[in-house]
Amino acid sequence: MSKTLKKLTRKSEFYTFLIIVVLAIAIEIASGQFFTANNFVDILNAMIVPGLFAIAEFMVLVSGGIEVSFPAAASLTVYATTKLLLDKGYEGGIFLPLIMVIVIGAVLGAFNGFLIGYMNLTPMIVTLGASSVFKGIMQGALNSKQLAVIPAGMKKFGVDALFVSTNPVSGLTSKMPMTFIVFVVALILAYILLNYTFFGRAIYAIGGNPQSARCAGYKVERTKFLIYVISGAIAGIGGLCRVCVMQQCHPTNMLGMEMNVIAGVVLGGTAITGGSGSLAGCFLGTLLIVMVENSMIMLGIPTTWKNVFTGALIVIGVGISALQVKRAEKAAELARQEKA
Amino acid sequence: MDTVKRIYNKNREVYRLLLIIVLWMIFMAITKFKKFYSFKNFQTIASQFPEYGLMALGCMLCMMTGGIDLSCVGVANLTSILVVNLLIAQFGAEGSMPLGYTVVLFAVAVVLGAVAGAFNGFLISTVGVPPILATLGVNELLTGISIVLTGGSPVSSFPKEFCELFSTNIGGVVPVRLVMFIVVAIVIWFMLEKTDYGLKIKLLGTNQNVAKFSGLNNVGLLMKTYITAGICSALGGMLMMSNYASVRADYGSQYTMQAILIVVLGGVSPNGGTGKLSGVCTAIVLLKLLESGINRFHNISSYYISLIWGGVLILALVMDYFSNGQHKKV
Repeated sequence: MSKTLKKLTRKSEFYTFLIIVVLAIAIEIASGQFFTANNFVDILNAMIVPGLFAIAEFMVLVSGGIEVSFPAAASLTVYATTKLLLDKGYEGGIFLPLIMVIVIGAVLGAFNGFLIGYMNLTPMIVTLGASSVFKGIMQGALNSKQLAVIPAGMKKFGVDALFVSTNPVSGLTSKMPMTFIVFVVALILAYILLNYTFFGRAIYAIGGNPQSARCAGYKVERTKFLIYVISGAIAGIGGLCRVCVMQQCHPTNMLGMEMNVIAGVVLGGTAITGGSGSLAGCFLGTLLIVMVENSMIMLGIPTTWKNVFTGALIVIGVGISALQVKRAEKAAELARQEKA
Repeated sequence: MDTVKRIYNKNREVYRLLLIIVLWMIFMAITKFKKFYSFKNFQTIASQFPEYGLMALGCMLCMMTGGIDLSCVGVANLTSILVVNLLIAQFGAEGSMPLGYTVVLFAVAVVLGAVAGAFNGFLISTVGVPPILATLGVNELLTGISIVLTGGSPVSSFPKEFCELFSTNIGGVVPVRLVMFIVVAIVIWFMLEKTDYGLKIKLLGTNQNVAKFSGLNNVGLLMKTYITAGICSALGGMLMMSNYASVRADYGSQYTMQAILIVVLGGVSPNGGTGKLSGVCTAIVLLKLLESGINRFHNISSYYISLIWGGVLILALVMDYFSNGQHKKV
């Protein structure tokens, strides 16, 4: 076996990719509609919002934390923004809403970040509590209702198409919304941040071992705080993309997405214990989840089975990745014994 | 003064909660005396908290080992749906069930809970999946199966004898559900205090490696813990079914949050290793008293409850942070 192939088979991203290929072929055989331009556009379109959330969740998981409050944070952020702009009769473009969601999202993220970073509280429980608080603020204090109208600037951003693709056989057209650009830009920025900056190194370092990271001179508290701030901001952007494309603001529509997003990131080979994982894997894992959800109709499976499939995918995915960690530990242990 | 301090410190979590209960009772006495202080209201409280109280007890055991159980609601709903399916298969949707059959229902529920718990335990102890992910995934899976079984809609036509039996009060005073909760609590108290299991899981929660090298059977202990938690959740599901007189895939979705809130409030550290049953039981009662009290104020939207629960949970964590910090300085 050549060296590159051997190297490739050791990566979990490779297996995720294999599963995607197998699934794609299976769907193609069953429906004959998978390898069409408009289906690809549909899948990428469906991936924008989960993809944005996945980037945020990925950074948190790599740092050894977990974040389950982002759907609530995104809902609250975008609801508050839309409501405020509507009340003020805002007529301008997309930039003000974008800046507003980033700021509000970052503030909500800072709430998590402060408790987790500086007070060193358990991430799972803090974000679970925060999720409940955000929901309570949105539904109780802001008395949220469905907003059928959104500001003109946001509406235009959601309607405008980047490009349109037509299926020559069925004549169905699929439109790629402008929000796709947001996703691509976020992906590129995250890639640069994680791979070419000191901050990115710090995320991996504190996920691997916080004590060692501290000894190596990384500011553990501040890094953790900033990760949750960034994740809150990305959640806000994701929420805005969702509302723009849907052309209405439905407050509870995004709640419950955390499961699928975490599943996607973990399926992409990110270690839940932190310290390892790649953005490419995160992308592939999310793609896999979106494909499963989008293609169930093509395969003729009733949509009531959706949760069963995602649940099974999570259990199998995390099971395999846990076994891999165990095997690596055993190999390291053996190597150590041989040395001694 | 020293004696008072010593007694207080010996059981700090419980006394702190009792203090909050007393303050809350005084507050309710001043504001809504007539509506809150009635026999009927307290009876309702006592018959409603066992549902999530049971789930909280299971979650407590898991958290003592340093884990968590987020699958309790999924287990509860699937159990009640399968039990209802069994009832319909046996007696028909309109038929009636002989009361003796209750024993069979409970046996089925316990077995289902144990199977679900064993699955969690297997993933966590043998495969090595972190408890958060394992139970979150299992919850999704079980909820999915519940949705497939019911098509997502509630099922309410089935023999109701069981529900009626569990909605009565013994001698017109003590709710049957409360009795059931007390029985389970005593069993868990016995396991924790009278057998070496309690000490063992606390050691396991403090340091897994030390526990392993001290000769503890970590895999067996974790299996036992998650199976017990699964059974608790399944019994909670039976009580939910008797309370609502119908079953559905997404009943009680807020109970996960409440169960964890209770356990943390009750003084169990989320990192494992500490915790007392008395603290958790006091927290269960406190939460229901708070909820029932808040419901007396009609101008407070019920949506605020999720804000309050989340806020209380985070506040409890922050309070622990400060009290522990001061503890270290001394």
